[in-house]
Amino acid sequence: MANHAGNYTPGSGFERWLDDRLPIVRFSKEHLMDFPTPKNLNYWWTFGGILAFMLVVQIVTGIILVMHYTPHVDLAFASVEHIRRDVNYGRIIQGTHAVGASMFFAAIYVHIFRGMYYGSYKAPREIIWMLGVVLFILVMATAFMGYVLPWGQMSLWGATVITGIFSAVPLVGEAIQTMLLGGFSVANPTLNRFFSLHYLLPFIVAAVVVLHIWALHVPGNNNPTGVEVKESRDTLPFHPYYTMKDLFAIIVFLIPFAWFVFFAPDILGHADNYIPANPQVTPSHIVPEWYLLPFYTMLRAIDFNVLFIDSKLGGVIVMAGSLLILFALPWLDTSKVRAGTFRPLFKPFYWLFVVNFIALAYLGAQPAEGIYTVLGKITTAYYFAYFLIILPLLGRIEKPAPLPVSISESVLGKAKG
Amino acid sequence: MMLKKTILGAVAFLAVTLSGGAVQAAGEYTETYQQDWSFSGVFGTYDENQLRRGFQVYREVCSSCHGLDFIAFRNLSDAGGPHYSEDQVRALAAEYTIADETADGGEREGIPADRWPEPFPSDQIARDANGGALPPDLSLIAKARGISQPFPWWVFNYFTAYQEAGADYVYNLLTRYEEAPEGFEVPPGQYYNEYYSGHLIAMAPPLSDGIVSYDDETTPETVDQYSRDLAAFFQWTADPHMVSRKTMGFRVIIFLIGFAVLMYIVKRRIWRDAH
Repeated sequence: MANHAGNYTPGSGFERWLDDRLPIVRFSKEHLMDFPTPKNLNYWWTFGGILAFMLVVQIVTGIILVMHYTPHVDLAFASVEHIRRDVNYGRIIQGTHAVGASMFFAAIYVHIFRGMYYGSYKAPREIIWMLGVVLFILVMATAFMGYVLPWGQMSLWGATVITGIFSAVPLVGEAIQTMLLGGFSVANPTLNRFFSLHYLLPFIVAAVVVLHIWALHVPGNNNPTGVEVKESRDTLPFHPYYTMKDLFAIIVFLIPFAWFVFFAPDILGHADNYIPANPQVTPSHIVPEWYLLPFYTMLRAIDFNVLFIDSKLGGVIVMAGSLLILFALPWLDTSKVRAGTFRPLFKPFYWLFVVNFIALAYLGAQPAEGIYTVLGKITTAYYFAYFLIILPLLGRIEKPAPLPVSISESVLGKAKG
Repeated sequence: MMLKKTILGAVAFLAVTLSGGAVQAAGEYTETYQQDWSFSGVFGTYDENQLRRGFQVYREVCSSCHGLDFIAFRNLSDAGGPHYSEDQVRALAAEYTIADETADGGEREGIPADRWPEPFPSDQIARDANGGALPPDLSLIAKARGISQPFPWWVFNYFTAYQEAGADYVYNLLTRYEEAPEGFEVPPGQYYNEYYSGHLIAMAPPLSDGIVSYDDETTPETVDQYSRDLAAFFQWTADPHMVSRKTMGFRVIIFLIGFAVLMYIVKRRIWRDAH
């Protein structure tokens, strides 16, 4: 860990007394202030701080919303309207929470793709990455359940489709689905348990974030060169250098966030969710929120049976696989070089993967017909090929560009050039 | 270098955000004739007179079948909305009889705090009176309807803060009742509407020229004008605090830009001798 440990000298008698019993000040000084951080982190690295901030925003706005929300099928929709119309600043708090979910995911995707480009998942940072995947899945579950709470048409029918996924599991599937729903269809018990879990999960997320940061503070940050920190002049203390840089990035991030909250609060949602939920009327087109679309496409891409696996189970396997495969990424990528910057063959495949992912999202919103089903299969195939074929092979055949000797050298070289 | 990265970051961020806009287009595509609205864009506000005209049309035509659940009489005096005086609203509310179990005889005169009275005592009675179709509540209709736009037009919506899709929908629906084309079977109790999904709608054309007479002499009393005024009114019922929200938005965004500039200077200052 930080070889800067020991920078803290208790100033007063009380601090010495406290330090012998609960070294919280020492811990904060070492981990929140003096923590040695590579000096060359670029702005893509600020999204970790942005995400921590977004989690706090969602928890704070969420707690306030709960004070006015009623989790009952007859009252939920009207209670959300009540918040928007009659609660002081309710429309801002509700808008922030709803838009915040989208902003949270925008930041998550940037954070994940940054890690994938700079090889931040490679040894010795596998656990950080895997905890990140856990967080991603937890946040998706939280967001999905949150979307059910306003009890509009998309809430009900989205919940019906997503919980239906579980019924594809052989033998126990139906039982799992019934347990999730608290009955045989999406109804009041479903709304109640989703409300309860939607309140619980963010705190579990917060706990996993602590582990994520703990795991980060053992080897320290990766950096844009992918070269490990070698000496103390490669690093800067986290405070004030990165605290202030992250804060600047957070403020900039808040500008588009505010744009949506104040000027277009509904543009990221679906119009159907302003129709109160009605189990008797199915919307013509059920679409999940945009941040779940890539995975929804992969779910729908399997519309054929393979041996004894029918298309429904096949789709579920592929969708679950698309998330679980991320856990194996540290071992699938065989290249010794971390940063994509120094991997000439990796770069085009990586950017194609990014474009492919955006295409997956786009296709998720399209009806499953004609050209879209074909494209859905191709993009799904590339998603998996990237992890299972391209990354394992590239490490063997690629000749990486020469790496800088150290972080300091790369920074100085840039300053000269 | 940093600027370039910032721009790249912004582009990547937008690309991810925008892919959500693909949530449009289903089935057959019907072009929407988008209108110029006083409330469009970040500077848009409601036109008080238009909202009052729209309210008049709603009251005289639509309210016999369609409710307005989320609107109370008192909302009609809100600033940024129709902005009637409190006395006018009190007088208006008093014209209505409100069912109230706690009142003598189960009924009383309306007060400003009352919600807009339901046209039918229950959904079933509403269906029975309308050939089986339930007339939807209209308070959120402008948010509950969208329009489909071909790529790339919906992309611009994120930058123009286009939130008027519902108003455009209402306007198009009301103005595009037509004779059914040759060979198109229209069952009894249904009407042909060029814009409505599937073209068959259970609502008879509600408007006709001159059906409502406006106090204001200069406003044309046409289906086109009524539809426009109604669409604006429903935009307000769906988003009654839009004006104050946008006003606050300007303050917040200007503050954030100023704060960002200061933070950037602070950051530069701190990092000056870091390398």
